[in-house]
Amino acid sequence: MLSGFDFQTIVHALPYLFLTGMSFTLTLTLCATIGGMIFGTLLAVMRLSDNRILSVIAGGYVNLLRSLPLVLVIFWFYFLVPFLAQWLTGSSSPVRIDPFWSSVITFTLFEACYFCEIVRSGIQSLPRGQTLAASALGMTDRQALFYVILPQALRNMLPLILTQTIILFQDTSLVYVLSITDFLGAAAKIAQRDGRLLEMYVFAAVVYFIISLIASQAVRRLQKRVAIIR
Amino acid sequence: MNYHWNWWIFFEPSLDGTNTYLTTLFWGLGWTAATAVVGFTIALVLGSVVGVARTAPIGWVQTSGMVFVEVFRNIPLLVQMFLWYFVLPEVLPRDAGMWLKQFPNAQFYTAAVCLGFYHAARMAEVVRAGLLSLSRGQKMAGQALGLTLPQTYRYVLLPVAYRIVVPAITSEFLSCTKNTSVGIAIGLVELTGTARAMQENTFQVFEAFAAATVLYLALNMVIVFAMRSVEKAAVIPGLGNRIAGRGR
Repeated sequence: MLSGFDFQTIVHALPYLFLTGMSFTLTLTLCATIGGMIFGTLLAVMRLSDNRILSVIAGGYVNLLRSLPLVLVIFWFYFLVPFLAQWLTGSSSPVRIDPFWSSVITFTLFEACYFCEIVRSGIQSLPRGQTLAASALGMTDRQALFYVILPQALRNMLPLILTQTIILFQDTSLVYVLSITDFLGAAAKIAQRDGRLLEMYVFAAVVYFIISLIASQAVRRLQKRVAIIR
Repeated sequence: MNYHWNWWIFFEPSLDGTNTYLTTLFWGLGWTAATAVVGFTIALVLGSVVGVARTAPIGWVQTSGMVFVEVFRNIPLLVQMFLWYFVLPEVLPRDAGMWLKQFPNAQFYTAAVCLGFYHAARMAEVVRAGLLSLSRGQKMAGQALGLTLPQTYRYVLLPVAYRIVVPAITSEFLSCTKNTSVGIAIGLVELTGTARAMQENTFQVFEAFAAATVLYLALNMVIVFAMRSVEKAAVIPGLGNRIAGRGR
């Protein structure tokens, strides 16, 4: 099998694969994680708030997106975002959005649902006494949230958040369905151009595998360190 | 907005000439369901074997179980799909490769097998979590009664472990159903694929995806209701509502 394996193709493609492809994948992962965390925390706070309207809206949004496949959501936002942008900016025709920003928006809005559930369970896992103690000290609800609840919840949830980020990193490969040049997209383009499907796909798999494996081992180590607090 | 809504589009004939768009969407739903069921059956069987292997007191069996889980969990599903579909026929001996390439409905079988292996790795973790949540006394009692190791698993450990992890199995099944949509990349005409084809042919983007969304939600609800009765039947009296190993 290895006799026909053309390492030369891979070597020649390396700059394109990593400088164009992997940098897209990593930037997208980073932006979507940050955006998803912010929006996800907001959704979690909305879901847990005493305001019924807010909690129903957030709950409905999270449950809806969580029961749809990511591929379908990618298509949805790819077509929906230009119309939304048109509506927001009041322009006369749908706004053309750069594929990168379109994917950032999609993944932020989609992954926020998963981050929301993580943050929510993190907040709920804290003893009720924390909130009560904060208000006994005279803190407002907002102060209690930002200075007492969230810091503890986020620390408890850190391993889960990072694991979700690894999943997100793998999920970004699905932008392939929009013919965007992420790492897998770059590999697929070279594969089809040079007729080297075997080499490129195996190489892509190995790279994803190594990165995800190292990252998940690191998370496991971190989990042991964070778990000692209790 | 200058988007032209046309909900009647579902009743117009699709490009295949015989079916309306609505019918093609239901065919897509059928393929989605079929792929999910076949894929998840493979995942259940294979995942149980690997999950048991990971708890077995034999060094090399444990290690190979761990390798299986790490490999199939750390490569994106889409890449795995490409490996099964494009790379496997190249790696196999010439005759076997040719046979695979000419297989009827190759996309369906590839997607089902690929999903099966992918979710088997996750099911293995679920089964393992279930097995580990049992007290050690169960295994010892089994062996003290003179059961062999396989018998202990078969008659003592697994029946209880499965009942504990039913809720986790439900969520894996749901995620397996959603993941069938990745099959679109190798040309499987499942629900997302039919909606996408309808959108490309008619330019009625939002109608097509709205219909797919509704159908996915309906499919989800059917699975949740079906599994809820399984969950009810599987509750172990006296064990409270303890839930072990909710995937990762």
